[in-house]
Amino acid sequence: MKVLIAEDSNSDRLILVRLISGLGHSVIEASDGTEAVNLFREAQPDLVLLDALMPRMDGMEAARQIKAIAGERLVPLIFLTSLTGARDLARCLDAGGDDFLVKPYNRVVLEAKINAFNRMRAMHQALSDQRDHIRRQHLQILEEQRTARRVFDNIAHTGCLDAPNIRHHASPLSVFNGDVLFAAQRPGGGTLVFLGDFTGHGLPAAIGAMPVAEIFYGMAAKGFGATDILTEVNRKLRRIMPVGMFCCGLMIEADFKYGSVRAWNGGLPDAWLVRSSGDRVPISSRHLPLGVLEPERFSVSMMVIDVSPGDWLVLMTDGFPEARNGRGECLGEDGVESVLAKLMPWHEPFEALLAEMREHTGLPDLADDLTLCCLQIIEPGASESLPGKAPESVLSGPADWHCVYELRDRTLADFNPLPLLLHICLEVPGLRSWSGEIYTMLSELYNNALEHGVLALPSAWKTSPGGFSRYYQERSRRLEQVHGHHIRFSLSHQPGEGGGTLTIVCEDSGDGFDYAEYTAARSDVPMASATGYAGRGLAILRRMARKLRVHSPGNRVEVIYDWRLPGTATSGGAALPTNEDSE
Amino acid sequence: MNDKPHLDVEALAELQDVMEEEFEVLIQTYLADSRSRIDSLKEALLAGDADQFAKAAHSFKGSCINIGAPRLGALCFEAEQLGKQSSLAPASGVLERIDIEFSEVSRRLQNFDSEP
Repeated sequence: MKVLIAEDSNSDRLILVRLISGLGHSVIEASDGTEAVNLFREAQPDLVLLDALMPRMDGMEAARQIKAIAGERLVPLIFLTSLTGARDLARCLDAGGDDFLVKPYNRVVLEAKINAFNRMRAMHQALSDQRDHIRRQHLQILEEQRTARRVFDNIAHTGCLDAPNIRHHASPLSVFNGDVLFAAQRPGGGTLVFLGDFTGHGLPAAIGAMPVAEIFYGMAAKGFGATDILTEVNRKLRRIMPVGMFCCGLMIEADFKYGSVRAWNGGLPDAWLVRSSGDRVPISSRHLPLGVLEPERFSVSMMVIDVSPGDWLVLMTDGFPEARNGRGECLGEDGVESVLAKLMPWHEPFEALLAEMREHTGLPDLADDLTLCCLQIIEPGASESLPGKAPESVLSGPADWHCVYELRDRTLADFNPLPLLLHICLEVPGLRSWSGEIYTMLSELYNNALEHGVLALPSAWKTSPGGFSRYYQERSRRLEQVHGHHIRFSLSHQPGEGGGTLTIVCEDSGDGFDYAEYTAARSDVPMASATGYAGRGLAILRRMARKLRVHSPGNRVEVIYDWRLPGTATSGGAALPTNEDSE
Repeated sequence: MNDKPHLDVEALAELQDVMEEEFEVLIQTYLADSRSRIDSLKEALLAGDADQFAKAAHSFKGSCINIGAPRLGALCFEAEQLGKQSSLAPASGVLERIDIEFSEVSRRLQNFDSEP
């Protein structure tokens, strides 16, 4: 230790210097108060011995100044005194002294006091260092969270969460509470929403959220549907997350054209379909959370519900029903349901739920650890006006090519070729701007070929109420039994001025269907039944393509699609006269 | 009235032990300081400055106690009390006894090593 001795008596100072040096400490000496304060400032000693009575500045004043200079640093200050009155001794301590040493000096007492103060000083230093360390670490964690948040935002941009038909509450730092909420438009129309709640919180939860965001947005943009995305998310989380860490999740795939919603709930509280009539359908958890099961045992069977424009889907993490009021009572899933039950027809559930939550907690703001999202079913086509992706720069790439891709038997049941086919088409420079239409055409051709061609499913089932589920059950059953069948896509692209021509031929091994009768039947059904499925597919193709040919016996459909770069001319075949041939 | 010994032999022996070869320097420093303190006391008395008289007596007392001259220390305490009470009249008597005791202490300290 470095010890400052301030004592005006030369002989007393000599004795102290000798005693303290003898204990192994270094010593600096002052012979009055002013010198003591100056030396303290310069040399920053660890301990001060101060005579109470000194010329120029007495010990009391020097003590006050020294303590002021020391600030947060603990510098023990011991008064040297031959004062004997209790009041005089008390004054020394009042002036900032920590103890006093009475003359004549006793070597044993002096050593014991110095050692005691050294321990106290060391402990204070350790505590201060730890406090500073914690303070620095806390700042570092906040900075890291901000950085992580920026990285996360770059991956999990808001998607289409800002769309007019989506209402949501999610804390800006919700990812550090384990909550994630993503929404994306599908290339061919319709919306995907994923709500997730990771076990744990802080960085571990946020780290798990990154790949989920990447998978969701990446696959959604490529045209993958809910089942493929869920399968991939489960596979990824199962691989990267430690045992005991997983993600409760809820996926909604809303198809506005077909008027259907497919839902998968693994471990989240009941979500609800609230119809504009006021009727409610619960979407309960029927699966284990994501990241728990081996890929082979993971089930993506989804609940299928018919919906109409104006219906609302209500999704929430467990922070919502578990929010507590002042008496520690949870709102509960019953509380949520009773809010929805009291909704007037055509009223929005989002505001009603937020209002209930504010009343329940008595707080104006919602807590950080709950996420609520409501998705409204809208008229088909309305979503096309929603903000889309920024157009990508046109780079060189394949523009003149032809390829044939044939899927057979089991693969028809197990594999969705649309993302792959879309990917091949979008490699054409500039064609990405039309990914929505191309996806729609591919999807219509493929679904017609598979469902009506290969599986021979009657489309009329879909028009009956509740027939949609039956249709899908039958589809799954027949897919299991496919044998000796194929679907063949032949894709060609030729460049043109400011755009090009894409030709898609889709041929299946089915018996075909009577196109003339089909057309006649369709004209009897007014297109006002837009949410109906039957007859809808070819109408869409006809609207998009310059030419639509159905080759006899109705199992080979050819689409010729013209496109222009945006801004060069009217695009696609929509503006051209309808042109159909039947061979 | 003051039956304390001129020197605290035990305390001095310990100081000798602590100071080792510097013991002689310490004794000479104490003696020189003491002479100037006695001068300060005399000046204060002449000037009639009771406060200064008390302070000088207080400091002198401290170094006397530390060096092991208890009787001189006790006399300084008397002087300090008188100064604090502003009774400078009886102080000159005390100062005279301080002078005499200091001569005694001084003589004994010079010969301390030779004492048994």
